[in-house]
Amino acid sequence: MKRFIALTLLPVLGLLSAAPAMAQNQAKQTYTVSVTQIVEHPSLDAVRQGFMDEFKTLGLEAKYNVHSAQGNIATANQIASQMLGEEPDVVLAIATPTAQAAAQKIKNIPILITAVTDPVGAGLVKSLQAPGANITGMTDRSPVDRQLALIKEFVPGAKRLGIIYNAGEANSVTTFGQVKAEAAKLGWTVMPATVANSAGVTQAAKSLVGKADAIYVGTDNTVITALEAIIKVCQQNKLPLFSADNDSVKRGAVAALAVDYYRMGKQTAHMAKRILVDGATPATMPVEDLQELELYVNMGAAKAMGVNVPQAVLTRADKIIE
Amino acid sequence: MTWYAFYGALEQGFVFGLMVLGVYLTFRVLEFPDLTVDGSLPLGAAVTSVAITSGLHPVLALALAAGAGFLAGAVTGILNTKLRILHLLASILTMIALYSINIRIMGGRPNMALLGQDTVIDPIIALGIPPHMASWLLFGAIAVAAAGLLMWFLSTELGQAMLATGDNPQMVTALGVNTHSMIIFGVGLSNAMVAVSGGLVAQNQGAADANMGVGTIVAGLASVIVGETLLGVGPGRVKRAIVAAILGSVVYRLAIALALGLDIGGFSFAPSDLNLITALLVVLALTAPQIKSRFGLRRRAC
Repeated sequence: MKRFIALTLLPVLGLLSAAPAMAQNQAKQTYTVSVTQIVEHPSLDAVRQGFMDEFKTLGLEAKYNVHSAQGNIATANQIASQMLGEEPDVVLAIATPTAQAAAQKIKNIPILITAVTDPVGAGLVKSLQAPGANITGMTDRSPVDRQLALIKEFVPGAKRLGIIYNAGEANSVTTFGQVKAEAAKLGWTVMPATVANSAGVTQAAKSLVGKADAIYVGTDNTVITALEAIIKVCQQNKLPLFSADNDSVKRGAVAALAVDYYRMGKQTAHMAKRILVDGATPATMPVEDLQELELYVNMGAAKAMGVNVPQAVLTRADKIIE
Repeated sequence: MTWYAFYGALEQGFVFGLMVLGVYLTFRVLEFPDLTVDGSLPLGAAVTSVAITSGLHPVLALALAAGAGFLAGAVTGILNTKLRILHLLASILTMIALYSINIRIMGGRPNMALLGQDTVIDPIIALGIPPHMASWLLFGAIAVAAAGLLMWFLSTELGQAMLATGDNPQMVTALGVNTHSMIIFGVGLSNAMVAVSGGLVAQNQGAADANMGVGTIVAGLASVIVGETLLGVGPGRVKRAIVAAILGSVVYRLAIALALGLDIGGFSFAPSDLNLITALLVVLALTAPQIKSRFGLRRRAC
């Protein structure tokens, strides 16, 4: 009987206490968030998880409709139509092709793009400072200047930097342009080796032996898939390999100063809060990038590839892998 | 499924309808399994995007795409007939070459945005039709027109010769028809349609992408076969087969829309199961008529 009273009273009490709170702020309502992601991928999944976790931490309730196009652009278009019917409060579009499909279909719901390397080049926003329409979000543009500075710390005498990438990946082409520009400032020559698929990675790595003093790989899906092939070539030829993501350091690259995709998702959740709760409009919200980077160093890889780890790097590393 | 999702499936079904007609033409009429389509679809998109961004009218851009697609298909045809490379391999070679060519066409970029540019859909929206209706109505009209044109073409003397080329090359040669030119022209025509489809997809999606062709042939073949099963198309039924191709394209996209709309939490399906669910739905569409006829027979037996 006691339990019965408790059970009947609890909801009533709950309602009584909730009513004024609901009147005061709308943060207690459940928001509908539709998520579109081009493909399953550790970084992209981490962005989504970071967003969801932080959204909850911010005290916001959400009902999620999560979609993956499984790498198919036609499906990405269909997902965009699907989301229109879900009438979400905000759309979270992860990676460039899904963001473009959403942007073309959805004009009056705020869209947050994330993990997009070049939002202006992709036609998503007018400018990073003033996006102009219903779209804003975060770019994962690699902090190439700071990454090359790190390589210089490891290999002070380097003159030639090898870079392996797939010329068919939009993000990688952008990164390559940045690397060329930043390397020129350091007086380095850039030696590119391009691949069309993961099977060509060994050959590309071998083509850089004797031509490069260090190798850099960006966030290129094709190359990262076959990273072990590059690691092998680099170990055999004492060529230090540097990456733009920390997962690759765990696998055997020497070091990386990287964007943490989970943190990117968290920062995107804060942008969502500003739109949903504070009433900000995407048109005037600048596209953000992640300032907080993580430094990973792999001691075993450094030894195998014949470089010393500078003390300065060791002391500021976020994670040292033995 | 919401109405938006339904319209979205119609739109995708029709916009890829031209592609499916192209696959029907090679796969069924010429009996030529043609993988060029995985490259000629983004080729059409690339040409269209470059043309539109340099100020050309969207319709004219599609005409250029058709020309480029025809050339791509003709190359596959020439590799097969004149250089005697197996048809499957010839088409794969053209497809991988197109990957590089498409990126070159787009000025070295693998993705070219069309967001904010004029497209063929804008005049329809300007008539006051809401955007989510405008695109499927337009693409539906284009698909129906293309199906009609293909029916007419296959009824002409040239078209009949093409049908015969696929059926019985020896007989056609005996009748004085050059099967080589017929194959080159046919594969070219097929890829012209695929490229226009790609051009429309780019205008609808807001971008051309070097990787947008992946899986085109799978979608094309699935659509052709699903349509044939649903309409019960037998050999020699050309007009019915063409209607079936468009129907199959729409049904294939409806299957994807259904898979997308499945409640994820309740059924413990993950978003990553989409391809699996789609495949199962297509299998269901393929086998449904057989199951139905079997039950029909049993009822008669009782």
